Formats: sequence, C-alpha cells, structure tokens
Amino acid sequence: MDFGQFISYIASGTVYTVGVTLVALPSGLLIGTILALLYVYGGKAAARVMNLYSTVFRGIPPLVLLFILYFAVTKGINLSAFWAGSLSLGIVSSAYQMEIVRGALLSVSGDQLMAARAIGLSRLQAIRYVVLPQAVRLAIPPWSNEAAIVIKDSSLVYALGVPEILRRAQLIGASSQRYLLAYLSAAVIYFLLVFGTTRLLAMLEKKLTIPSNP
Amino acid sequence: MPEPILTIKNLTKKYGENVIFQNLDLTVNEGDTIVIIGPSGTGKSTLLRCINLLTRPDDGQIWLDNKEITARGTDEDKVRQHIGMVFQNFLLFNHLTALGNVKLGLDKVKKMSDKEATEKAMHELARVGLADRADHYPGQLSGGQQQRVGIARALAMDPRIMLFDEPTSALDPELIGEVLEVMRQLALEGMTMLVVTHEMGFAREVADRIVFMEKGYIVEQGSPNEMFNHPKFPRTREFLWKITELYGKKEKEAD
Ligand SMILES: Nc1ncnc2c1ncn2[C@@H]1O[C@H](COP(=O)(O)OP(=O)(O)OP(=O)(O)O)[C@@H](O)[C@H]1O
Ligand SMILES: [Mg+2]
Repeated sequence: MDFGQFISYIASGTVYTVGVTLVALPSGLLIGTILALLYVYGGKAAARVMNLYSTVFRGIPPLVLLFILYFAVTKGINLSAFWAGSLSLGIVSSAYQMEIVRGALLSVSGDQLMAARAIGLSRLQAIRYVVLPQAVRLAIPPWSNEAAIVIKDSSLVYALGVPEILRRAQLIGASSQRYLLAYLSAAVIYFLLVFGTTRLLAMLEKKLTIPSNP
Repeated sequence: MPEPILTIKNLTKKYGENVIFQNLDLTVNEGDTIVIIGPSGTGKSTLLRCINLLTRPDDGQIWLDNKEITARGTDEDKVRQHIGMVFQNFLLFNHLTALGNVKLGLDKVKKMSDKEATEKAMHELARVGLADRADHYPGQLSGGQQQRVGIARALAMDPRIMLFDEPTSALDPELIGEVLEVMRQLALEGMTMLVVTHEMGFAREVADRIVFMEKGYIVEQGSPNEMFNHPKFPRTREFLWKITELYGKKEKEAD
C-alpha cells in the first residue's frame, strides 16, 4: 500500500466524522435552544428541571453517556450505530448548548422585551423577533467553541464501530504497523476540520455584527 | 364637551409591602397634553407602566376609550397597540435599523404587507425628521435621533394616546431641544399625550394640565398658569421652584 492509499483510507472516514457532527450539532442546538427558552421564560418549575438536565448531562463523561444512550435507545428501536451515536452526542451537546443559549438570552436586556411588548407584540413574538436575533449574535463565539468540541467528540462513536477517522486510523495502523503515522494523519484531519469550522464561524460573527459608530 | 380618552379610578399598585400609589384617579381628555412631575421614586414610571399594562395594578380600573382595559380577559397585546410608549433610555431594538424599528410592529402586529409597512414607517420617520437616517442602526445614531426613532416607532401604531417617560432626561443638553420640538409638534397636531418630564419650559408652553405627584399621591393639578403662579399648596410651589432652578440651567445650555 502506498502513502496515498494509506492517507485516503483514513481520510474517507471524514464523511462519517462530518456526518456525525452535522447530526449532533444541529440536533443539540435545536434541543438546547428549546430547553434554554423554557429555562429562561418558562417559570420556576421549568427552570429547575432544565437545571437538573444540564447538571446531569454535563456531569458525566460523554463516552459513558454515549454507551448508556446507545444501549438504551437501541433496546427500543432499531437504529444504526451511526444514528444512535450521532443522536447521543447531540443530546450530550444539547446540555452545553442550552447553557450557551441561556447565557445569550440573559445577556439581552429585559428592557428590549418590554419595549417590544409596548408596541403590541405578544411575548412569543417579542422573544422571536427582538430577543433571539440579538442573542444569536452573542452566542456565536461560545457556540463556535462547542462546535469544535462536538467535531472532536465525534471520534467517540468509533467505540460503537462507526468507521470514522479515528476508527480507520486504528484499523490501518494495526494492519500496517505504522501507528504513529496513522494517528498523526487523523490528528491533521481533525485539526483542519476544527480550524476551518471556527474560521467560518468567526467570519459569520463578523458579518452579523451590528454596525455602530466607534 | 371634551371626551375622556383615558380614565383611571382608584388605581393601586404595590410591590410586596411597598405601596407605590393608592386610590389614584386621573382623567385625560382627547387631544390633551398632560405633564406629570414629581420627585424621584414617586411612582410616575410605575403609573405609566400600569396604564399600558406592562405592570399589573393591584386594584382599581383603567378605561381607554370607554373600554375597561383592566377587566379580566382583556387582550393586553391589543390594548398596547393603542397606547404608544416612549422610554427614558430609548430602548430601540439594537439589531434593527431605524426603519426596521418602526416597521416591526406594522409587520408583526398590524400584519401589513412589506411595501405598506415600509411606506408607513418612512412616513413616520419623516415626521420626526429622520427619513435620511432610515438605514442607520441605533448604535449609529445620536441619543436625540434614537429618541426620535423611538417616538416614530410608537406613532407608527397609530396610538390613541402617547406615554412619555422622561424622554429627554438621558440626553445631553444640546440634544434635548430636537426631541421636545417633535413632541411640541405632536401636541399641536392634536395627539393625546401623557408626559413625565422635568422640562418646565415644555410644560409651561405645551401642557394643558400639570399634575404634581408626590409619594404616590396627586398633590395638585391645574393649568400651567395655576400651577406656576397660584399653586394651592406650598409643596407644589417648592417643587416647581426647585426643578425650574435645576433643569432651567440645562435648558439654557441647550439654547
Ligand atoms: N419592579 C419593581 N419591583 C419593586 N419595586 C419597584 C419596582 N419598580 C419600581 N419600584 C419601586 O417603586 C417606587 C416608584 O418607582 P418609579 O420608578 O415608578 O418612580 P418614578 O417616580 O418614576 O421615579 P424616577 O423619577 O426616579 O423615575 C420606587 O420606590 C421603586 O423603588
Ligand atoms: Mg421614572
């Protein structure tokens, strides 16, 4: 096997890595955002439940949660390792993303909501059209951090047998006995993915910055 | 016979044990400009917030156009559409341009088409002299300009009455005049206005009635002439003298 084949074997795992991330990150964002809205605007009881959710999911190593969720989920429904792993990671991430969105929502002054209500917007409309758009901008930097974490944590699904980058590096390392090269290659690919993503998000942040005079 | 637009009866507001005002009565007739004055912490802002139901009063009734808006089952969002509010610190929506700020209510509350909403919003911006700033964000506008956008945003909903909560007290002296001028113009056009302010020049010139509030009570109310020249209570004279002294300086600087 030549070097090109070696690398491309590992690199073809990128499809899975990206796939897992593209399922886990948005599903975590969706769940996290809904939970954050309930946390901030849903009253005391909801806040307590959300706080529990956040504390529990952030207090357990993702790999342990991944196994628990995987075996719990696949008991009930027949899910492939890819989907089960991705959704599990999404749930883990949702706890972190909930905290990010919650922090952003709280950073938008309550007066903005009041001003929106004053022109006749309903509470829901005020949140949707006035608070959320401002919160989104505040959430991008911490969210970029979480995106990097999810890309890296996507390697955990290797433990479920999903042939993503790390899994392939391990396999080809074993068969060729060139472990170091295999893992170095994997490291480079992960790094490029993380670097590219955070760069893109930094550009988005800049693009969405609200103009103001210095 | 002037028609009352706003009638407040026996209004009581408490925050926990703290009674802000009790059994307060006030009537505002169509086209009137009422100026409310009073020391800090007297409940002026709380009163305005009760009127447009941003805060729930504990007791008493408020009627807007002969409809009780404090009645159970009232659609609060609907009521607020008809009551414009202008805040001390402007509270423009930071992520929207001047046009976007004025359009939002037209778009989401009045459900106008984009074209209609834009036309109406531009008309309101022109009314406050800011048509040329339509695409500026709040952060790109001076305080005075922001406040005028705030007024345009409230006006766009075609309110029956406008509430102003110290609209100029966060402004540098040189920017106060442009906001007062817009308000003066509104009063001339016959808008019904309830204005909390310490701008005594404005009060003297524009107010049909001045209401002096202290510690949650209306101490005295009357025409500017009555209040400035023949107040019934020494407290009124004292307070008016004090704020004229205090804010008069600021006004002079603004000229
Ligand atoms: N949300 C609230 N919770 C508890 N107390 C409040 C609240 N809002 C206002 N108060 C209290 O109510 C009283 C009246 O406040 P309000 O802001 O209405 O006074 P004001 O006349 O507008 O004063 P200022 O001239 O300083 O604006 C104050 O003692 C204030 O501390
Ligand atoms: Mg006040």
